[in-house]
Amino acid sequence: MTAATMQRNRPSGFRISKRVLPYVLSLPALLVCIGILIPFFTSVVYSFQRYRLSQPWARQFNWGDNYISFFTDPKFWNTLQVSLLYAGITVLLELLLGLAIAMLLQKRSTLNNFISIMLLMPLMTAPALAALMWKLMTNPGFGVLSYLASLIGLQDFRWASSPSTALFTVVLVDIWVYTPFIMILLLAGLRSLPTQPFEAAALDGVPRSFVFFRITLPMLTPYILTATLFRLLDSIQQFDIIYAMTQGGPGDTLTVFQVEAYLNFFQSTNVGRSAALMIILWAITYFLSNIFIKNWLRLRERARGLA
Amino acid sequence: MQHTSLLERILRGIALTLVVIFFMFPIVWIFMMSFQTNETILRIPPQLVFEPTLANYTALITGKLTTAAGTLDIAFMRNLWNSVFLSVTSVAVALLLGVPAAYAFARHKFRGSEDIAFTLLSFRFAPALLVLLPLTLYFQKLGLANTYIGLIWVYQLICLPLILWIVRGYFEDIPADIEYAYRIAGHSWFATFRKIALPLAGPGIAAAGLLAFIFAWNNFVFALVLASADKQPVTVGALAFITSSGIQYGQISAAIVLSITPTLALALYAQRYLVEGLSLGAVKG
Repeated sequence: MTAATMQRNRPSGFRISKRVLPYVLSLPALLVCIGILIPFFTSVVYSFQRYRLSQPWARQFNWGDNYISFFTDPKFWNTLQVSLLYAGITVLLELLLGLAIAMLLQKRSTLNNFISIMLLMPLMTAPALAALMWKLMTNPGFGVLSYLASLIGLQDFRWASSPSTALFTVVLVDIWVYTPFIMILLLAGLRSLPTQPFEAAALDGVPRSFVFFRITLPMLTPYILTATLFRLLDSIQQFDIIYAMTQGGPGDTLTVFQVEAYLNFFQSTNVGRSAALMIILWAITYFLSNIFIKNWLRLRERARGLA
Repeated sequence: MQHTSLLERILRGIALTLVVIFFMFPIVWIFMMSFQTNETILRIPPQLVFEPTLANYTALITGKLTTAAGTLDIAFMRNLWNSVFLSVTSVAVALLLGVPAAYAFARHKFRGSEDIAFTLLSFRFAPALLVLLPLTLYFQKLGLANTYIGLIWVYQLICLPLILWIVRGYFEDIPADIEYAYRIAGHSWFATFRKIALPLAGPGIAAAGLLAFIFAWNNFVFALVLASADKQPVTVGALAFITSSGIQYGQISAAIVLSITPTLALALYAQRYLVEGLSLGAVKG
């Protein structure tokens, strides 16, 4: 009797739990994230306020003033310019270098595998610590790189402490840390390409450059796009390397978005301006990540279709 | 593959050597500096051969630095412990919260599941300070400022999306029929989850957990904004180190070596998992 009841009850019990179960499973993760979402909306509110930590009594809504003032603020345009320049240069160079290294390591061999494992190491180094390593190596007093620069005739090369070479230096550190990321993705891509087109091209004696531009590159495009957008999103938000290396300096040479927002918040205690800067950066990353997600979905569909 | 000429092989060899030198040199150099006294470090031209000393490491471990001005107490071991504690706990919490959620997203297409999943993914791409700056003010009100609990919570911003996305992909690759057969045999969903789904997704969970650990360890900005000296991990601690006066360069190098060794060792030990996790997180769902 009881067994029969259980049998009958089971499907309905199963169905209810099946409807509720996914919510129960994902709820804790969601709650944790909602706690993090609240500050996001607070940022939006702050960005429409005149709010300085040093003058809490003067806090009031000024609506778009923080944003409007950006138009005539040379510091803002500097931030925008440096951020875009930094992101553009690092991603372009890392892409070219990463693709070149991936192609050098494409053939599976013990040596190539060993090298690709070694190249993982910069990527696993904390960017902030990597910046400190390079800071020690470029120290004008004893830095080995300063010494090497003096050997090739750059007697007083100032690396990150001169406004004319600071960007070059942080870009170099970024390249050191993140090129392996692109290399890994593209190497995985290269090794997963079908071999027939390449064999056919080799049989027909097609020139190498033609194979590269007409076969390899088009087939690798999805991987290149993914790697580029991943890096672009990270790079335009770079904070660790620049802050650890120069704290945005010398002067305001390297005040990219996040560094500028950090300095605005903690040094000039201008919460309103800081929040407005972050909202603008968020809008840029949102725009970029939307492109990325659309692309990524198409990629996923195609991967499913092929499988 | 076309046959390769001798010239091409030589050029490839040179290119690869340059690549290896560029990427390995900083690590090797800092490692060497950490075994040198200030005198050998400051010598010009830089020395490749020197008498190694462990003085830098003993100074860090005992926490007593002898400088020109006298003895200086440093808490670098404290930073190291904070890094270990924060990373391990954050990953554990993220696994506990993230794996069931990943399972829900993979197995049950419920209403809004894609939207929620994308929202969670988008956290990975949001500027950290956008959330952190208001959070400092909230944390002060809530009494969470400079606490491990507050930090571990914020660390979920990095760990949770990563685990959710990588593990979800692995769950989706398990044929639903296997689980269904096990359930028909009369087992509860929990037993199915524990005995079938979890073991099959094991490699994915390991890869995601390792990556999350490394990202948590390497994080800098969260603790910089939310923690003061006694709760700071090595990434922030080492920066304070380099800017404070009287600390020798060899000791800074030793601190950097101690800080990067755990992640590098993990990378060497589990490189296959890491590569898989990285490429999966980027290319697949």
